[in-house]
Order: sequence, then structure tokens, then C-alpha cells
Amino acid sequence: MIRQGRCWKLGDNISTDHIISGKYKFEAINDINKMLTHLFEEVIPGFHKLVRPGDIVVAGRNFGKGSSREQAPRLLKMAGIGAVVAKSFAHIFYRNSINIGLPVVISRKVPDVTQNGDVIEINLVEGYVKNITRGVMEPIQPYPKYIGQIVEIGGIVEYIRRYGRPPWQEATR
Amino acid sequence: MGLIDRIVSRSLQKDVSPGEIAIVKVDVVYAQDGTAPLIIDVIENELGMGKLAAADRSYLFIDHLAPAPHIAAASAHKRMRRFAEKYGVRLFDAGYGISHQVVVEDGIVRPGMVAVGADSHTPTVGAIGAYATGIGSTDAAIAMVYGELWLRIPETVKIVLSGPIPKGVYGKDIILYMVGEFKTDGMIGKSVEFHGNALKNLTIDSRMTITNMCTEMSAESAIIPVDEVVLRWLDEHGYSIARKVDGEDLGEYVDVIPVEVSRLEPMVAAPPDVDNVATVGEVEGMEVDQVFIGSCTNGRLEDIEVAARIIKNKKISKRVRCIVSPASRRVYRDALKMGYVDVLIEAGCIVAPPTCGPCVGAHMGLLAEGEVAIATTNRNFMGRMGHRESRVYLASPATAAASAIEGRIADPRKYLS
Repeated sequence: MIRQGRCWKLGDNISTDHIISGKYKFEAINDINKMLTHLFEEVIPGFHKLVRPGDIVVAGRNFGKGSSREQAPRLLKMAGIGAVVAKSFAHIFYRNSINIGLPVVISRKVPDVTQNGDVIEINLVEGYVKNITRGVMEPIQPYPKYIGQIVEIGGIVEYIRRYGRPPWQEATR
Repeated sequence: MGLIDRIVSRSLQKDVSPGEIAIVKVDVVYAQDGTAPLIIDVIENELGMGKLAAADRSYLFIDHLAPAPHIAAASAHKRMRRFAEKYGVRLFDAGYGISHQVVVEDGIVRPGMVAVGADSHTPTVGAIGAYATGIGSTDAAIAMVYGELWLRIPETVKIVLSGPIPKGVYGKDIILYMVGEFKTDGMIGKSVEFHGNALKNLTIDSRMTITNMCTEMSAESAIIPVDEVVLRWLDEHGYSIARKVDGEDLGEYVDVIPVEVSRLEPMVAAPPDVDNVATVGEVEGMEVDQVFIGSCTNGRLEDIEVAARIIKNKKISKRVRCIVSPASRRVYRDALKMGYVDVLIEAGCIVAPPTCGPCVGAHMGLLAEGEVAIATTNRNFMGRMGHRESRVYLASPATAAASAIEGRIADPRKYLS
């Protein structure tokens, strides 16, 4: 899988509240579409109008910290975000992103050199993340087997729809 | 091997090690009304599953918006009740209590179990020696449908709590101190295992406050090995160990960190983040508009007791609304029996039903622009409890109660003889 796009650069400790405030989650609890206009609203005013399909989020440490709120990665994917690159991720956000097929990439160097609007490429086949604008490339750890299969197909629900079972059952039976 | 690795290895009957992706059988999977609607969508609409392999191990809680403050919540709750009925899942309706409190006090999660919860504060449950970790909604759907899910086995950091606990210092102050030291990403990718001689003076109630807020330093899980305190608690409640796992320190930790609790003072976490920690002396005198005592962090009997003891025969300040919400019906009933509720009401407190509402800014006491709260909860992000320009200070129930009397952040030690 290769994703290339324009970057939205964010700092450290972007929480699920920053991505989508709990207020909207609870008010629009039955309909995720109603939350889309509030995505990142306190961090990047007007984000939902400015974001373009294929854009990539690049952030610092502990991206997605806070709540279990799976609406956070789902809304990013719905808005067209192609991948999130960060120095580290909060573990539930990371799991949620894998499960819904939003590529999440841990990168030590690229966030430090990246600025808003740079062109970023991630290549999960060859295993690198690259800031094309700055000419900085960094190898990334390949996903473990099941995780790679889930991301590649677009999420665990997609996987189950296609194969009738989660990837690990295929592996053991 | 840390205790969590041993619990998973024991459950799977094969050894797992940190960093490995393991397919784990879950003993308990639970969710709340903030995360359950999406679980229902995934199971019914996205996957189209008619039955759940783990129906008898799945639990739903109406605790975040309980009882429903608006029609959207009422509709979500209605869907949850219908889903629970259709799939044979046990549902705890509004008023029963907050999920993490109930799974422990009702004996749903027991020592040695693997429990997953669609709520970030699931590590709370590790206080009784279970492996408990927070997951998302799709995760919970998979766990309910198949009874298993993928987990990355975390590396374990051992924290040794030692020394006598000073007057006015509680589990909350100990964990606030640690979050201040290790910072909000200090334990990312790791689990925390607690040891040390201070544990013998920490009750299950206090321990649950500590494990609860390990989430705030990004720990994936937190666990306290079964010891005499847990055994006594199990005995008093008529519960048993689910899976016996050796709790001895085998020495395989990525880090071992000593924490000397005898030098601690009452602590406060000032906005805008949980690691912005000060001693109460540094923020004393800050005027507050609202005091909240409750939540999965500090809504247990011990918390209500100390608040009542401090507030007894006094009035809360005219400047503040003081809201007290026991974490479960059982805690509420016990607090009533012990006379604590009477003391609190007499002093001017609002004693609310069990709910997460105020902590997440959902209902039952929101803050207006510019208002300040001191709360016994676990997060103080900007606007967490209401208006985006409102502020939250986190503290122990004792510090919150002292502050309710004075209408400003106050040191509880002068109220404790």
C-alpha cells in the first residue's frame, strides 16, 4: 500500500477530544455524519472545508490520547485522510485505526522536519515514510502479520465480510 | 515475565512475550453508552451478525449519560436495551453504576481474568489482579462476536510504592504525583505493575484510583498482584480467584521505578493537562465555582466517607455548587446507611445518582465560560466539563471537600484531626 498526500502538521499530545470533542460525540451519538463538521475544530479552524482526499496527518508524540472514542479515526478516514504519521500513538487510537483500515505509521524523524503543506509518502510494501518536499526518508517497521492484513484490506470488518472470519482464524484452521 | 504476560500465557496455555501480537480469549468484554452505539452498528449493520459467541461474557452499561439528559441519549439507550434483549447480553441500566466500579464490586471481573472494556479507563480493574485494557468499539464488537481479539502484549514497568502514607495523602495524590513525574506519554506502549510496602496501607478503593489514572500516563494496562488486601476483600465479598497466577516478582521488567510516598503532600493537577501537577499549597486560594466528588476515579465509599468527615457540621461555601455522585448504587446505599449522604445534604451538597456525566461534560453540572471546578475525576483538558473556556483542577476527595467549604482550593490537612 502506498499513500501520498499533502500534510497537516500537528504537535504532541493531540487527544481524541482535539480530534472530535466529547460534546459532539454525545450529542450526535446515533449519527457519526453529524460530527464531521466539528473534526479538529479547536485545532485547525475550518478543517472540514480545507481537507482534501488523500491528505496525511503528521504529528508528534502520543497522537490520539484520551478516550476510547473510535469516532476519532473514523472521522479522519471519512474526511479523506489517507494516513496518520506520528512519533507515537495512544494505544486505543492505534488499535481503532488498524481496525477501521486507516494506516498509522510510527516515525521518529519525519515529524521533526515536516511543515504544513509538505508532500508525504508512505509505502507499506517497501517499508518507508518520506517527506518528498524536504527529501527526508525513514524506514518504518513492517506491521505484524494480522495487522498488515487488516490494514491492507481496509479494516477488520472488510476482512470478515470478504473471508467470513477474522485473519487469525484463517491462520490457525 | 510480568504478571500480565503470565495471565495471558495461563489463559492461552502457551507462553506469550512482550511485543507479540497474541490472539487473546476474553473472559469479560464490556462497553458503555458512549461506545456501545457504534458496537451495535458494527455487529448489526456492518457485520450483520445474528449471534454473539461471547454473549454470556458481554456486558453493557448505561453510565455516561445516566439517566438520559436529551433525546439523542434516550434513543441510544433504547437501542442498547433492544440489542441486549435480542442478543442475550446483560445490560446495567441507568442508576446501577459506572462500569469499572460495577465489574469489580459485582465480581464480574475476578483476579487472573482477561477483561477488555470499550472505555479508556478499563485499567481501573487491574487493582484486583486482573489484566484489563481499554479497546475501541470495533474491537468490542469482534470480542463479543468471536470471544477473542488481537492484543499486543505490552512491556511491563514495575513501580515500587514504599513508605508510610502521610496524613491527607490518598491514592489520588499518589497517582497525580506519578502522572506529574512520568508525564502523559511516560508509559506509552507499556503496562504498569505495582509492588512495594505502601500497598498494604492502600485499600481496594484506593488502589482502583491509582490503576484508573495509569491511563493518564498512557499505560495500556495497570495491575496490582493479589495480596492479603485483595484476598481479604474477596473473602468479604464472597468472590474467588478466577485463574491463579504466581504474583512473585520474576524480575523481567523494562524498567523498575521506586516511588517514595512518605514525602508526598496533597496534590492538584491544574489545567490544561493531567501532568501539570502541583502541591495543594501552590494553588491554594484559587476560587472555584463547582466541586465534583465522584466518577470511576473517586466515587467509592472511602471517597464519600472522607468527604463527609471533612464536611460534617459545616456548610459548603455559598459560592460553590458541590455535586457528589457515588460510583454505583451499592456505594450510594452504603453511604446512605453510614449516614454520609445525610451529612453531605445537610451541608448543602447535591447528591446525584451514579453517572459519568459531569466528568465528561455531558450532563449533571456543566461549567459556564470562565468557571473553575475542582473535581475528583481523571481529566482536566480545556473545556472537558463544559464551556471551552472553563477550567478543571483535579484533586482527591479530601482536597475537593475542603475546597467546597472554603469556596477556594484548600489544603484538607487542617480538617483532618
